[in-house]
Amino acid sequence: MKELSPAARARYFRRQLVDRLMGGLCVLAAGIGLVLLGLILWMLFSNGIGGLSLSVFTNSMAQPGAAGGLANAIVGSIIQVGLGAMIGAPLGMMVGVYLSEVGKDSRFASVVRFVNDILLSAPSVLIGLFVYQIAVSPLGGFSGFAGALALALIAMPIVARTTEDILRLVPQAYRDGAVALGSRENEVVRKVVLPAAFGGILTGVLLAVARIAGETAPLLFTSLGNTNWSTDLTQPMASLPIAIYRYAGSPYPEWVALAWTGAMLITVGVLSLNILSRFSHAAISGKQGG
Amino acid sequence: MLTTSASPIAAIDPVRPTPGSAAPLRAPTVSAKAATTAAPTRMSVGNVNAFYGEKQALFDVNLEIPDNAVTAFIGASGCGKSTLLRCLNRMNDTIPGASIEGQIRMDGIDINSPAVDPVQVRTRIGMVFQKPNPFPMSIYDNIAYGPRTHKLAATKTELDTIVEKSLRGAALWDEVKDRLKSSGLGLSGGQQQRLVIARTLAVSPAVILMDEPCSALDPIATAHIEALIDDLRKHTCIVMVTHSMAQAARVSQVTAFFNMGRLVESGPTDQIFTAPKLDQTQDYITGRFG
Repeated sequence: MKELSPAARARYFRRQLVDRLMGGLCVLAAGIGLVLLGLILWMLFSNGIGGLSLSVFTNSMAQPGAAGGLANAIVGSIIQVGLGAMIGAPLGMMVGVYLSEVGKDSRFASVVRFVNDILLSAPSVLIGLFVYQIAVSPLGGFSGFAGALALALIAMPIVARTTEDILRLVPQAYRDGAVALGSRENEVVRKVVLPAAFGGILTGVLLAVARIAGETAPLLFTSLGNTNWSTDLTQPMASLPIAIYRYAGSPYPEWVALAWTGAMLITVGVLSLNILSRFSHAAISGKQGG
Repeated sequence: MLTTSASPIAAIDPVRPTPGSAAPLRAPTVSAKAATTAAPTRMSVGNVNAFYGEKQALFDVNLEIPDNAVTAFIGASGCGKSTLLRCLNRMNDTIPGASIEGQIRMDGIDINSPAVDPVQVRTRIGMVFQKPNPFPMSIYDNIAYGPRTHKLAATKTELDTIVEKSLRGAALWDEVKDRLKSSGLGLSGGQQQRLVIARTLAVSPAVILMDEPCSALDPIATAHIEALIDDLRKHTCIVMVTHSMAQAARVSQVTAFFNMGRLVESGPTDQIFTAPKLDQTQDYITGRFG
């Protein structure tokens, strides 16, 4: 290598220094994020694993001193999240299909997209209050159904957004090919575009489910929570996030321990859904070949 | 499907050949070049102007496209040859802002008439694209797509027959008969292009449009497709856009040369390549411009 002039040498070392500094800062930032996540998980598991026993899954919530569990909250969560996803996901998918395949860049589609984005970032407590207004006070009381409805309203815009994004990734060549074979618009979408995007849409739905599984605020004014075993959708229904919210702030140590265990269960559930969604996406893309 | 044979829709019904088309379809072709003069007109283009929004892409184009022959559109990029091709099966309808004036007739029927359904047009006039675009599904399902959409097969056996016949027609059967259930995306580029040709053949189109069908393929795959095109020509009318003058000379019987949105010259391929009437054509063919 040719000898560099002193000025060029200084410049060279300065650039090298800045480069290393920037790289170091990026690693540091990533490290902070990872450490925080690790701490959260560590805290969750170290506090939650002790309370884990069969009675958590078999017993309903009980008075302090009695052998209580979270069975009613777990089942309530599954019912409300399941029903919420069953209402919200198909609606969201239809909105996504409309935006990507029918409305496209039309004025109405732009408005729908804008409103959907607002809904996506609306505070979840607001969604809870809205559902309180339309499904709790007119129908005369808190209910599991109202909780599911609130969760559906949170899931819908997420699914709509991911569906649109995924459908836009489907190559135009597939649509052209189908149109050139004499397909009508709905046939193109049903038989070619949606099957091609199936894996991605499923991922979006699973992520939306993971999101609503941990929501507390929209359930406060809708399903309220219930300390007793109940699967009646017209009655107040327990759920894990609400149980955690109530127990974590209580003065009784066994309740606090149950809150930790509940938080750990939600986290494990959401993590599994995330892993499952990656897995399903890879499996389906793999099946289509490439 | 309508039943009155007088209506324009019935005339381009995919399942029933029209009285006018029956004779030329069965007429044996003696030799490659002799077909040029003997074949009757399948499609005719009269005073066609095409627009994308304000921009005019085609200016007063008049052209007769013979049956049982390959008609090649040649010309520099942006000369309008692909636009005309896409007008022939109303694929341009799918582009926002695209419009057309003048008449395009198939077997005497104006395909742009309000009485004609564009979906019916595209069923009778198939299209093969520049980049092979098999759907992300099995080889079998790719071929069966058209027959299923148009309910051409009443039973599974009938569908199997159509699939085999189409794959044989596209000279692909022997290579894929043992893996019909595997993904169409797993095939090589040349096989994929033959797959989409087979997919087009499965709805028995009277005309097949090809938009630079070999430009994404290697020379050996190109030779396969060209041999296939020469074979298909015996039963169908083929219109092909190509950037390769050598390819136009090899496979076409009629050549149309476009420049700046105008049809400059058209006629038997032999004559266009050996004794063009206009200097402009001569210049393009000999590589002096374009």
